[in-house]
Amino acid sequence: MSELRKTPLHDQHQALGARMVDFAGFAMPVQYTSIKQEHAAVRERAGLFDVSHMGQIEIAGPGAVECAEKLLTCPIASLRPGRVRYGVLCNETGGCVDDVTVYRKSDTAFFLCVNAANVEKDFLWIKRHAPEAVTVIDQSDQTALLALQGPASASILDRVSSLTSTDKKVSGLGRFRFAAADLSGHPVQISRTGYTGADGFEIYLPAESAASIFETLMDAGRDDGLETAGLGARDTLRLEAALPLYGHELDDSTSPLEAGLDRFIKSQTGGFLGAEAIQRREEQGRVRQLVGFVIEGRGIPRGGYPIALDGTEVGSVTSGGPSPTLGSAIGLGYVPPELAAVGTEIDIVIRDRSVQARVVKTPFIGAA
Amino acid sequence: MSDFQLPEDLQYTRDDEWVKSEPDGHYRVGITDYAQQQLGDIVFVELPSPGDTFEAGQPFGVVESVKAVSDLFAPTSMEILEVNQDLEEAPESINAECYGIGWLIRVKATEPEALDQLLDRQGYQKTIEERS
Repeated sequence: MSELRKTPLHDQHQALGARMVDFAGFAMPVQYTSIKQEHAAVRERAGLFDVSHMGQIEIAGPGAVECAEKLLTCPIASLRPGRVRYGVLCNETGGCVDDVTVYRKSDTAFFLCVNAANVEKDFLWIKRHAPEAVTVIDQSDQTALLALQGPASASILDRVSSLTSTDKKVSGLGRFRFAAADLSGHPVQISRTGYTGADGFEIYLPAESAASIFETLMDAGRDDGLETAGLGARDTLRLEAALPLYGHELDDSTSPLEAGLDRFIKSQTGGFLGAEAIQRREEQGRVRQLVGFVIEGRGIPRGGYPIALDGTEVGSVTSGGPSPTLGSAIGLGYVPPELAAVGTEIDIVIRDRSVQARVVKTPFIGAA
Repeated sequence: MSDFQLPEDLQYTRDDEWVKSEPDGHYRVGITDYAQQQLGDIVFVELPSPGDTFEAGQPFGVVESVKAVSDLFAPTSMEILEVNQDLEEAPESINAECYGIGWLIRVKATEPEALDQLLDRQGYQKTIEERS
C-alpha cells in the first residue's frame, strides 16, 4: 500500500496493529481489535476515530455568504458563527455533488467538511461557482480530524481541553456548535457533531499536532474504557443511525429528496443551485425513495443486492450489514415510493434466494 | 501479522480451510485460525444440507464477517454427512474455536486419494507467508 496517502497518525495505527485498507486513496484503519468490540465501545463508552482523510474547504471573503447560500441546500444566512449545519452540494440536474457539514467561522468565512473521495471534485465545483472576490482554499492536507464519539466523550474532553474564548467547558458546547479550544496546549476547533448516532465531538487540528493529541486523548480516556475505532465500526454505527454515505446512498444522479434529506433543504422552489431541477423531478413524479429495512428471514443484506417484490426486481440495497446494537441484520436501499411505507414487506435477494424484510422507521436506533 | 495456531495433525487448503481425518474414516472441515483472524467477527454462516455433493474446489457455503462475504470451497470431492447446526445461532464460535466447536461440516470423501494433495502445516504456513 506504499502508493496510498497516509494520515498524520499512520505510525500510531501501525503500532496499534490496525488492519489497514485503501479508502478513497488513503491507507486507513478498518479495525484495531474487532469491529463489534469497537462498535460497542462507542455505544457504551467512547471510541476515537482518525478521520483525517476527510477534506476541509474554506470559503471566505466578501460574498462568501451568498456563494455558500447558492451552493448548499441548507440555509446559510441564518447560520450564526459557531454553528454547524448538514447540507448537500447539488448539481444542475438535482443530483448530489457531495454531502457536507458547513461551519460558520465568522460573518464572511465558512469551512466545509467533505468526503475524502470528493475533495477535488468539491473544490473545483465550488471554485467554478464562486465569484472572484471569494477565496476557496483546500485545507485538507494541513488539517487532521479526530472523532471522539460515545457517551463518555464529553467528560474525557473536559479533562484535557477548554474553550478558548469563554469560560465554558467543552461539555457545555451544544449539539451542532463548534468553538476554538485548547487541548493540552494545542489550538484546535471542537465541534459537537459526528457520524455515529452517538453523542460526541469532532476535533479539527493542525496535522503536526495529531500524534500528540491522539496520545493525550487515549490517556485521558483510558479509565473510561475509550478505545481506538476504525472505519469498520464507523460504518456499522452510521448504518444504525441511517446516516447516508456518499457513493452508497448518494451520488451525482440521486436527488437529496429521494434520499430522504428533505429537512436539510431550505426550499424546493429555488434559492440554491439544483433547486429547479429537483422541483422538476418532483413534478414528474418521484421514481424511488430511500428506505431502511430489517431482515426477518436469514441472511445479511449488502450494498448492491437486489430488492424484489413477488419475484420482480424493484430496487437495490445501498448499504447493509449486521447491527451489533439490535442483533439483527439491517439495510438501506431504494424502492419505488409506493413500497416506502413503514411496515411494507419486501424481499432482499441474497445469492439468488429471496429473504423477507420489512421497511422500518429510521434511524434504526434511538437518538443519542 | 498476528500469531495463529496451525495444529500438526490437520491438513490444509490454499483456501484457508482445514481437514481432519476422523477415526470412522470420514473427514471434518473448518476454516483456519489465520482465516478467522483475517475475517474478523463472524456474524453469519450458510452451509449445505446432508446428502449434498460437491466437486473439489466447488463453493459449498459462505461465511460472513461484519464487512465481508467469503465463499467456502470444497477441499476435496465430497458428500455432506453433517453440518454444524450450532453455527446458525452462534457463528462467533468460529472466532472462538475454529478447530473445535467452530467446525463447519463432516464429509465423506468421494475421491479419498485426492486428499494426499492437501497441504501439511508447513506447506500451508508457506502459502500464507507468500501472500504478504
